[in-house]
Amino acid sequence: MIQNKSKVSVYLMYLFLILLAVICIIPFYMMIINSTRSNVEISQGVYLTPGDQLKANYEIILKKVNIWRGFLSSVIIAVPAVLLSAFFSTLTAYGFAKFHFKGKEIFFWVILGTMMIPQQLGLIGYYDLCVKLGLIDSYVPLILPNIANASMVFFIRSYIESSIPDSLIEAGLIDGAGEFYIFNRLILPLAMPAIGTMSIFTFIYKWNDLINPMVLLNSSEKFTLPVVISNIRGLYETNFGAIYLGVAISVVPILLVVIIFSKSLISGLTIGAVKE
Amino acid sequence: MARGLIKNRDNKGYLFILPYFLAMLTFQLYPIFYTFYLSMLKPVTLIKMEFVGFDNYARLLTNPLFYTAIGNTWFIWLMNYVPQLIFALLLAVILTNPKIRARETFRTLFFLPNLVTAASIGVLFAVFLDFKNGAFNHILIELGIFSEPYEWIQDKMAMRMAVSLIQWWQWFGYTMIIFMAGLSAISGDLYEAANIDGASSSQVFFKVTLPLLKPTMLYVMVTSLIGGLQIFDIPRVITNGRGGPDNALTTMVLYLYNQGFKNFNLGYASALAYALFVMIIIFSAISFKVIGKRD
Repeated sequence: MIQNKSKVSVYLMYLFLILLAVICIIPFYMMIINSTRSNVEISQGVYLTPGDQLKANYEIILKKVNIWRGFLSSVIIAVPAVLLSAFFSTLTAYGFAKFHFKGKEIFFWVILGTMMIPQQLGLIGYYDLCVKLGLIDSYVPLILPNIANASMVFFIRSYIESSIPDSLIEAGLIDGAGEFYIFNRLILPLAMPAIGTMSIFTFIYKWNDLINPMVLLNSSEKFTLPVVISNIRGLYETNFGAIYLGVAISVVPILLVVIIFSKSLISGLTIGAVKE
Repeated sequence: MARGLIKNRDNKGYLFILPYFLAMLTFQLYPIFYTFYLSMLKPVTLIKMEFVGFDNYARLLTNPLFYTAIGNTWFIWLMNYVPQLIFALLLAVILTNPKIRARETFRTLFFLPNLVTAASIGVLFAVFLDFKNGAFNHILIELGIFSEPYEWIQDKMAMRMAVSLIQWWQWFGYTMIIFMAGLSAISGDLYEAANIDGASSSQVFFKVTLPLLKPTMLYVMVTSLIGGLQIFDIPRVITNGRGGPDNALTTMVLYLYNQGFKNFNLGYASALAYALFVMIIIFSAISFKVIGKRD
């Protein structure tokens, strides 16, 4: 009797889990299905199987907007941003992890404190500054700020502290290696697992960013993918198949990245939460 | 000799952290202070600004739209945060149970919506909710719930709830993962002791698990608050930047964006940015006080 009751509750639990999993996937599934359907089909009903209008929708997109140019703009911004973040965060994290200079704690608290500041607080000042420096409509102001990436420093610091022994650095020093040589040849490769995880996060956050490119870029051929996609509805008010396909093109790469790297992404998320 | 080498190197640490602080000063702190200065300016002509002290703030506080924006932002945040918290806690408890199968698959699936471009998600849901061609109306009609399509985009409450729902959908998996980490940090001995004392599972949950999850709760609360009060992408995309119907989706940052970059009233928008900042500080402090206090 008791066993039966607990069996029912186990089934209910799985039912709940599966239902939620379906809710998580179905919008993406419908997006992909509808991107292969014509506007007329979409206006008539809901479909669960793909149609044959993918190519037609794609041609409609290309006629109105160069979606791949948006893709390229996003890459041009995100890749250098990630490289800068990765290098300078590791540099900073190493400085905090393996040197004992005066005021270290205060400096580190300042970095943590900046994580509490809303991103939009300095946006208008930054915009005005870029106007005065003639940097509006340039990718530079979207890339350079990534030198200072607080959460990446935080994460890599704890990784270096826990997994790179002091003796290794001492051995390098005794062999006569310079500090930057040790950093480039020893620390960077050893910290790679942490750098990799945080780089994926930084890439995705940069890739998804909407407000900064919207504010700092003017000309439509420089727009990043999210900006292009956010304007897509105005351009194709009458063609839903094309809108769905545009959204799919912007979403599928991120979906793949999340699925492939889910394990390290999930472990990367939790470090900040548990280390309180 | 080796000791000497190692002792003398500590000050080189400054060199390693220097680039970060230069970038932080240039790209983060300077713009923040400069924004504060801007919040004291008012345009008199197209290119000339005039120093007006706290005029912009005074204007802000007497503008009804400012309060509408605050109300919308809080409503959207609360309506997604409360269910998000409940689902995340429940799922975290279920998925940390080793008897459940395919735990990692579920975890990945629930996490999936979290990192997907919010702007794209906004467009996706906007077309789902469309009057004539939207999938949502089709489903409701086919299921016989509605007899004709409903104009969701024109319904203030429905649109706010839709944004909350999207936020919930994007964030419950993330919050669940944070709670799972918090749960796995709780020692098994405590559960064993509770079992020996004959505690029921709900007693264990409320008397052991929840109190020990407090630091995790605080983390989730503060990060969600900071992120949630800055919501912009989805309301902006769903309403094509208008914030309508009837400003129901004008959140604080959307209001800020429209004031600053549509009306080019940088001073007023800067004051808005500081109002948002003050609000975040106050409510973070309250969270620390309420959740963080030891009993």
